Amino acid sequence: MKVFIDPPNSLILFDIVERFGHEPLSTMAALQERVNSMEIDMPPMNVTLDDVIRGLKYAGIEVPSGIRGRLAVWGPMIDEADAAIVMEEAPFAFGCVGCERTNVMVKYLLKRKGIPILFAKYPEDGDEARRFVARAREFLEGLG
Amino acid sequence: MTIKIAQLSCGTEYSSVQPEIAKAAQSVGAKVVYPDVGADDIEAAVERFGFNPRSPQLKLMIARAVALADGKYDADAIFIATCFRCAEGALVRNELRRFVQENTRLPVVTYSFTERMKAAQLLTRMEALVTIVSRKEILARERQTGLTAGIDSGSSTTKAVIMRDNEILGKAWMPSYNVVESATEVLEQAMKEAGIKFSDIEAMGTTGYGRYTLGKHFKAKLVQEELTVNSKGAVWLADRQRGEATIIDIGGMDNKAITVRDGIPDNFTMGGVCAGASGRFLEMVTNRLKIPITELGALAEKGDWRNAKMNSYCSVFGIQDLVTNLGEGKTFEDVAAAACHSVAEQVYEQQLQEIDVRHPIIQVGGTSLISGLVKAVGEILGEMPIVPPDSQYIGAVGGALLSSGMMDMGE
Repeated sequence: MKVFIDPPNSLILFDIVERFGHEPLSTMAALQERVNSMEIDMPPMNVTLDDVIRGLKYAGIEVPSGIRGRLAVWGPMIDEADAAIVMEEAPFAFGCVGCERTNVMVKYLLKRKGIPILFAKYPEDGDEARRFVARAREFLEGLG
Repeated sequence: MTIKIAQLSCGTEYSSVQPEIAKAAQSVGAKVVYPDVGADDIEAAVERFGFNPRSPQLKLMIARAVALADGKYDADAIFIATCFRCAEGALVRNELRRFVQENTRLPVVTYSFTERMKAAQLLTRMEALVTIVSRKEILARERQTGLTAGIDSGSSTTKAVIMRDNEILGKAWMPSYNVVESATEVLEQAMKEAGIKFSDIEAMGTTGYGRYTLGKHFKAKLVQEELTVNSKGAVWLADRQRGEATIIDIGGMDNKAITVRDGIPDNFTMGGVCAGASGRFLEMVTNRLKIPITELGALAEKGDWRNAKMNSYCSVFGIQDLVTNLGEGKTFEDVAAAACHSVAEQVYEQQLQEIDVRHPIIQVGGTSLISGLVKAVGEILGEMPIVPPDSQYIGAVGGALLSSGMMDMGE
């Protein structure tokens, strides 16, 4: 199944989802595709004006362009997600996407979609980390 | 009966606009109310809604919306407003609008305000909310009966229609100048075509910017804002009175996007901040190209908008773009196509994001006669809009149709 990860650029969440047999939906894949398949119009991310306009599907014109541009990248992944893992209160090093408004909107869009979501607090020590991996495994195996 | 408009907002009290909102509501016979919620209910409401904003007042807005959705508070319509340029507010405003539409049958209008907002800017929107609530029976009317007239006093043109037993007998339009004189002239022309005299008219409906002046002058039975009247005219002309539709009306001064269910509007947006997205801009373009506006559509259809860059939100800068393009040797056809595309794109970006577009899409108003603009709207939306016959007469037809309902009710 396709599992959206939040933060969408978390390498650890990406790895966990992949290890338990599912397809992680991540920023890396979305941006990789842009960088590989198009000319570099708007380095470094290659998020173009057309992308920002496409972001209107997820947020109105009055919403700042940086939010709409981000949602243009993650929105389509949320649309195709079958499930999601959301790590809350994660530090920058775990996966940082820079905009709190976008992050709140991403969580909202996931909830509105009504798919199974695992919400987890960022583990502070080894025990919490092990417990999180166990929960993630149980969640991912339960997806079938 | 006083119509209760539930206000869900953030920042109005600190932006000096709250008295203007109350004034606009009061002037159309409505009262602004605030759904009561307990402090303990707020977190649960936010959790249920799914969007957890940082701003406490936005959380309160959400809790109030949930109270309305759960029927814990009684209101007739909903007004949702947040500060212009607040990203969090804009996100919540649009999603709350979606939420209340999914969970209630109350008409909704959304607005983003600045400290300069005055009651007059809200008047048409508030009036439309009140009309939808208080004139449901009249709005449900699908057939015109008797001999009635409708006059639409628009910012660019004035239109009149004479109808008898659900058929248009006469119609006329002209550019607006003096409100009463323009209306009198088009009414006389329409009556002449219909072969009737003024005393034969059993009822009249007026709409548009000059509606109050004309209503008083002609003693009209119906004086009503253009959002509901145009919707009725549009679905009547397009023969889509039942089911859902989206009506797009790109006007001379402001644009309207209205969703309807069985001909009655339940959500609408009305834009008028940026003239670059208006019919007036296209008029300015034709002046610069020195062609009649009636030729713009055909010219645009022959061109390719991709060849000329035009996408300014401002009509003045838009004309500068046009001059630059012409200076670079771009063809009139490409420039005309780019102007149409620019207007259509901005209507899409500014208006159609605030409503959930329903199908079919019906494009009306004088600008729907510009075929290049209809083509551009179709390209952007991925679906060609329906342009009904006499699409520029929606307001006048709606006025004639709805005023016949007033006649039956003996008003």
